[in-house]
Amino acid sequence: MIPARFDYLRAGSLEEACQALASDEDAKVLAGGQSLLPLLRLRLSYPTTLVDIGRLPELSGIEDRGDHVHIGAMTTHDEVMRSPVVGAACPLVAMATATVADPAVRHRGTFGGSLAHGDPAGDLPAVVLALDGVFVARSERGERDIPAAEFFVDYLETSLRPGEILAGVRIPKLGEGWGYHYEKFHRTAQAWAIVGVAAAVKRSNGAIQEARVGLTNMGSTPSRARAVEAALRGVEIGEQVRPACEAAAEGTSPPADLHAQPDYRRHLAKVLTYRAIGKAAGAP
Amino acid sequence: MTELDAGLVGEQIAESGQIAEPDGRGEIGRARRRKEDARLLTGHTRWTDNLQQPGMVHVMFLRSPMAHARITRVDVSAARELPGVLAAYSGQDFADEQGSLPCAWPVSEDIVIPDHPPMAVSEVRYVGEAVACVVASDRYRAADALEAIEVDYEPLPAVMDMHDALIPGSPKVHESGNKAFSATITSGDVEAAFRDAPVVIDRTYIQQRLIPSAMEPRAVLASTDGDSFTLWSSTQIPHVLRVMLAVTTGIPEHRLRVIAPDVGGGFGSKLQVTAEEVLCLLLTRRLGRPVKWSESRTEGNLTVHHGRDQIQHIRLAAEADGRIRGLRVELLADMGAYLMLVTPGVPMLGSSMFNAIYKMDAYEFACTGVFTTKMPTDAYRGAGRPEATYAIERVMDELAAELGIDPLEARRRNWIRHDEFPYTTISGLTYDSGNYEAATERAMALFGYDKLRAEQVDRRDRGDPVQLGIGVSTYTEMCGLAPSRMLGMANYGAGGWEHGSVRMLPTGKVEVVTGTSPHGQGHVTSWSQIAADALGVPFDDITVLHGDTAVAHKGMDTYGSRSLVIGGVAVLQACEKVKDKARKLAAHLLECSPDDLEFEAGAFKVRGTGASRTIQELAFAAFTAHDLPEGVEARLDADATYDPENYSFPHGTHLCAVEVDTETGMIRIRSYVAVDDVGKVVNPLIVEGQVHGGIAQGVAQALFEEAVYDADGNLLTATMADYLLPSAADLPAFTTDRTETPSTGNPLGVKGVGEAGTIASTPAVVNAVVDALRPRGVHDVQMPCTPERVWRAVQGARGGARS
Repeated sequence: MIPARFDYLRAGSLEEACQALASDEDAKVLAGGQSLLPLLRLRLSYPTTLVDIGRLPELSGIEDRGDHVHIGAMTTHDEVMRSPVVGAACPLVAMATATVADPAVRHRGTFGGSLAHGDPAGDLPAVVLALDGVFVARSERGERDIPAAEFFVDYLETSLRPGEILAGVRIPKLGEGWGYHYEKFHRTAQAWAIVGVAAAVKRSNGAIQEARVGLTNMGSTPSRARAVEAALRGVEIGEQVRPACEAAAEGTSPPADLHAQPDYRRHLAKVLTYRAIGKAAGAP
Repeated sequence: MTELDAGLVGEQIAESGQIAEPDGRGEIGRARRRKEDARLLTGHTRWTDNLQQPGMVHVMFLRSPMAHARITRVDVSAARELPGVLAAYSGQDFADEQGSLPCAWPVSEDIVIPDHPPMAVSEVRYVGEAVACVVASDRYRAADALEAIEVDYEPLPAVMDMHDALIPGSPKVHESGNKAFSATITSGDVEAAFRDAPVVIDRTYIQQRLIPSAMEPRAVLASTDGDSFTLWSSTQIPHVLRVMLAVTTGIPEHRLRVIAPDVGGGFGSKLQVTAEEVLCLLLTRRLGRPVKWSESRTEGNLTVHHGRDQIQHIRLAAEADGRIRGLRVELLADMGAYLMLVTPGVPMLGSSMFNAIYKMDAYEFACTGVFTTKMPTDAYRGAGRPEATYAIERVMDELAAELGIDPLEARRRNWIRHDEFPYTTISGLTYDSGNYEAATERAMALFGYDKLRAEQVDRRDRGDPVQLGIGVSTYTEMCGLAPSRMLGMANYGAGGWEHGSVRMLPTGKVEVVTGTSPHGQGHVTSWSQIAADALGVPFDDITVLHGDTAVAHKGMDTYGSRSLVIGGVAVLQACEKVKDKARKLAAHLLECSPDDLEFEAGAFKVRGTGASRTIQELAFAAFTAHDLPEGVEARLDADATYDPENYSFPHGTHLCAVEVDTETGMIRIRSYVAVDDVGKVVNPLIVEGQVHGGIAQGVAQALFEEAVYDADGNLLTATMADYLLPSAADLPAFTTDRTETPSTGNPLGVKGVGEAGTIASTPAVVNAVVDALRPRGVHDVQMPCTPERVWRAVQGARGGARS
């Protein structure tokens, strides 16, 4: 790997990291490096300084905080997918994390890094969006909460401000009666999702009481399939689920790339949403 | 592979009942674990990039971002001023000494071989072509300095489409035009075969462009002591390279040594004389310092020669019962921007394989090589034969569908029966041996063919959104490249012999020297097995030397599944010569006639008495030379150069079952059975590995890999994120087995296995995909059969857009 020249700062404290970022708008945070290093290697990114937050223990770890689970930004994917707390309280996060790339990437890559990268093809943004997670940003001025719906602004762009570091994410617990599934459609095991669907479904008396649907790679940001969510409310788990999922691509503008054209992605969104809802609802 | 796994492989083979177990003493046929692996796996390796030389500097190349442009200015002066930079040059700086990269295979009279400067001087013709270079104390400084070089380009039109390129008046890649060559082969009365034929199948297939992806990227290190030159390169062909570099650079051959140290795969991509090899030599000559180059993966995707890239128009005429009358093939073969070492030879290697294992009365082959503004194509695992096999095996399935018969039945009605060998085909090759019936029967049994067909019917009847498809490929290939006489007839620039040497050392150990240069095939192990049996010495007492022109002074290297079939036989013949010498010496020492001696278990024994001398004792006697007979030299060494009479023709039957999700287009390989007949097997474990890797690579062409350029000539698949290579997670477990019909063309009875899996598997997979969708009106899916393409094929068929 031969990146362009950069300075390197290993932050000894979160304050130091925030200061370094505030004083230089071309500085970049280095977390697990699984998204940033390829950009450096291809010389698609020319940061002046890499601020390494890898040695800040306060950014790592998973905590059950009653009504929500807090996942530190530097927690690796591997830790997230194996965490009993995550598995019990927000299994959708564990399911999606287990599909990220390969074991090597999951041991290096971090939960926060993947989200802060703001890649709509990443698996976790749609999941956190579907679960109405809250992003916790730290800066010299203190802490700021950002609801998931406001976090993803555009392709590789989040609402984190210059000088802010993503410290962690709060994932609300949805409580009893919910089922989950992450349906990822990709060509090879290590490839990004062509389309992914994160679904959470609350069942009640054989019907869908509430559904949450997050879409991966259906636009410049992850999105919620609100029309599907509305159409599914109160629907009996059976034949009526499929027509409700036909609205999955509504309001999206999916990208065209080597692996799929937009019309195919729209089609996939419908099929995959139906499958994800079915599996989340425990349908046969 | 563990001992346990090796045992399983052995068991599997034994279970088949087709392979005789080794007799317990012989090495040939034993699933020996590779001698190479302990060293390689524990990192005691000598990859070219690991090598260091005192005073070594690093070169990096600035590469054209334009597919086609005139170079109007190159300014390297700013780069020269940067810290750590030793030199920076443009192509102009080497214009007088860099020569032209060679093409060794002028396949036709009308061929145009354009000048191919290693570094572009006045015009670039593909994205990635080198236009300037920086030599610096390390790669980091060199990479930074590349950004300081200024190049002005005057854009010229990109030429991307082969059909468009051949339209008169279209933009030209070279002054001479866009046609590189044309060649035709005709055998029998093709007109008559097609006239009033009850069945004619007419199809066009696209062989997409592939990027060979060896595990080890290319690397080159050149050094000089002021008199002689040494070039280390991650190459398959140190011997060919030495000759070619001597011719290209003017460095006298006797003052140039080429070394291929450990080489991590090639698949044909390292069967090349590259710009970087030439330029590293020229740089070390100019600077007097050792110069190293190592490519990045992206640089490799851009500039390793690509593979395949043909448009195949194939027509087959048959009787109403399916018997083939004749075959017509018209190829357009994308050469890319230049003709490299064997670029034009690749489609011609397939020219006599379209008729495959089938009997017919007439055959016509016409090929046009076309220049485009893309990376040149050249040999890639199978080189011409996978393309040919794909087209004929796809068409055989189409024939079966047209007639409403089982695809295996269509083949049975046409294939050469086992009692018809040796058989001279319509294209003029003589197949020495084979048994297509036996391999097919075995494959069907392992596959559960009838049961899967029943399930297929059931799914069709139920309208299951997941349909089952069964694909057949009954392939053959010609390998063991090649008889020199035949290569001469094909106008290839060299021969196809191979050299082997065997040296008995004073302590009774053995050095085998081989001219084939392995890059992952396990020659050290297999050659040890051959020599162990021939000389009666222990497997562990043998070492195999290779890959250095100063050590293995003669060789034609490794490609075209030739190593065992030619190089292995050369080793065997050298062993026989050593034994002949040893016999004379033994007779002298035992005071008997050579005819009274029998050789057994490594010793010469006088018939009827207990007197004997082991070959180790004889080696020591030759070393001391105290008592040698008249006319016997003080060495138990011998050389052999073997040139075969004919190619060899492995074959087999591959069966693939796929599940196609018609709602998404996703394909899952449900089961895959390969029964290959590669003749006698020296090491079943190595054969097994070759078959597995080969199948994976062929499946990759069917489902995953494609080099994609945009209309302006930019390579869109320059990273592994965009050029999809499947990993183990994306492939099923393969069921493999063998039948064994020894080659009659060589004393080992071997046929070669390096390319078989790749040649066989691509059509098996695509035939399965099409088979799954045929009731929905789908007759073809272009490779790679991506989910989107499959989905669109289903949509198109549903909408009546496809006929």
